Amino acid sequence: MFKEIAKGMAFTLKQMLSKPITLQWPEEQKPSPPRHRGRHILHRYDNGLEKCIGCELCAAACPVGCIYVGSAENDPAHPVSPGERYAERYEINLMRCIYCGYCAEACPTEAITLGPRYELADYRRERLVATKEDLLEAWPGFEKSLADNPRGAGADQREQAGRAPGVSPRVAWEDREGAVGQAGRGSPAAGQEGLAPHVPTVATPPKRNPG
Amino acid sequence: MTAALPPATPPPTGEPDEYARARETLGVPSHLEAIELTQIDDDTMELNMGPMHPSTHGVLRLVVNLDGEVVREMRPDIGFLHTGFERSFESHTYQQCIPFTDRMDYLAPPINNLGFSLAVEKLLGIEVPLRGQYIRVIMAELARIGSHLIWFGTHALDLGATTPFLYAWREREKILDINELVSGVRMMTSFIRVGGLMADVPDEFSPMVEDVIHTYPGFIDDYELLITKNPIWLERTRGTGVISVEDALSYGVSGPTLRGSGVPYDLRKAQPYSSYDHFEFDVPIGSHGDVYDRYLVRMQEMRESVRIIKQAFENLPDGPVNTLDRKVALPPRNEINTSMESLIHHFKLVTEGFRTPRGHVYAAVESPRGELGFYLVSDGSNRPYRCKVRAPSFSNLCALPYMCRGELIADVVAVIGSIDIVLGDVDR
Ligand code: SF4
Ligand code: SF4
Repeated sequence: MFKEIAKGMAFTLKQMLSKPITLQWPEEQKPSPPRHRGRHILHRYDNGLEKCIGCELCAAACPVGCIYVGSAENDPAHPVSPGERYAERYEINLMRCIYCGYCAEACPTEAITLGPRYELADYRRERLVATKEDLLEAWPGFEKSLADNPRGAGADQREQAGRAPGVSPRVAWEDREGAVGQAGRGSPAAGQEGLAPHVPTVATPPKRNPG
Repeated sequence: MTAALPPATPPPTGEPDEYARARETLGVPSHLEAIELTQIDDDTMELNMGPMHPSTHGVLRLVVNLDGEVVREMRPDIGFLHTGFERSFESHTYQQCIPFTDRMDYLAPPINNLGFSLAVEKLLGIEVPLRGQYIRVIMAELARIGSHLIWFGTHALDLGATTPFLYAWREREKILDINELVSGVRMMTSFIRVGGLMADVPDEFSPMVEDVIHTYPGFIDDYELLITKNPIWLERTRGTGVISVEDALSYGVSGPTLRGSGVPYDLRKAQPYSSYDHFEFDVPIGSHGDVYDRYLVRMQEMRESVRIIKQAFENLPDGPVNTLDRKVALPPRNEINTSMESLIHHFKLVTEGFRTPRGHVYAAVESPRGELGFYLVSDGSNRPYRCKVRAPSFSNLCALPYMCRGELIADVVAVIGSIDIVLGDVDR
């Protein structure tokens, strides 16, 4: 009996001397591998045109039907995308999304990819319906910043002083001074005032054959 | 925002005969009736265990009839994790069903993917290239080790050995890292797809798998050092929850639970799929059919899995991983921009999927819990007409009351741990 206890203790003591594998999250972050399937990013071409051509293939491929694409004709004088059409509205219901990556595989122009950002918790459901502004990569050089910082767009955006256009209102709320202290975390009304108007329509799932 | 809610359906009045009438006309079995126990005699006590019990490994409710501390009878009550995946399959294209299969037996998602893919591939009559098959084997065996590590940690924890729990989870982390590397997520990988894989493995895959091959046998030895000859462990597990070969077979028990009773039935040997016949490995069996033998079988199985991974990894052939059948697999990315035909194929496959011939198939794989089978009925459309999952956890759970009869209530926990159920697999 004592032999067994001694053996077990010896093993435990050995473990105490080995390096811990835990990370001090959130201060320390685990780098995401290149294929990481986190929150989506809508990409642009180098000239600023959006890659998305509003073809809705991503919405068709999505197994849970959480993408809504409202496409419109491009104005030839001021095109938004190089194609005939572009996505006027593009919404992903992140609460419903299962991060399967089928949308990225379906997209013919590589307009949508799943990015490295995975900390998506929020206090309000509306903010978890990502609009096109939330998803679209925002500024020139974004690709580079994404490559430099493997934590990706999300982490990068939070550190930007004068936030680039297209930052999720969630950041605006978190950055507001004293918002947390005053209103109390988790209260649904917390930080409501002072938010950019953001009333997304909840993504409508594409029609699916019920049978 | 202030849209009026539709009027609520009036609740049933609760008249007993109203329910009875509904049951009669609809043929609905009464849930409550099904778990009602026969009062054996006045000295027995009825005890509810779960669904929030930490040792039932999920949301399983056990209604236990006790005579003192001895279990007289037991009824498992399942369905708390019912997800309706089998029904969901019917309204999704074949490729879209893959993410659902991940979530059934969530401790070994690649093996679920593999089972479903094999069934559809059998229906289509296509074969995956050898490289694809070998990578499937590597991923499946990694998943088996990962699942057994969780079983080992929680099973030991249930019986009071808190030490190995975190070690097992720490080691499993390496497997999850490999999952994350190849597929992008740690658990719900959806990596194995109908017709092949999501993509070929990246370069970093090799060192990580080599690391597993080299370090895991040592880890397993460490666990055995802690547990296998531990006197408390032996006291608790030997001679507990015995099931004989005949009873195990008649209950449809499979996997390590069956092999612990001494039946060398392993689908990887009995009906080799995904080129398992190319690899040399043994099927460990027990002889007493008790909790301890099932423990030994699973520990040995992890070593065999490492052996399989080693062989598959060393002999990994070059070549494509996906079937070349363009009616099933998406065309390569670079072709989409240059070839109209490929683009049309891409659109067709994404929006409609592929059609399968009419018919029905059954394909089974050896999951960490036993025989995981997919029975698919196809009406010739792009979705399954019906998909029935033969879940190993469900069949093994059916034998639980039998194994627990006459045991002490404290040993019920040991027996549950030893059949290694996943409630997502039981309820689907
Ligand atoms: S990753 Fe999310 S949005 Fe994309 S297809 Fe999957 S569920 Fe839909
Ligand atoms: S993201 Fe891609 S698939 Fe989706 S609408 Fe835009 S171009 Fe089409």
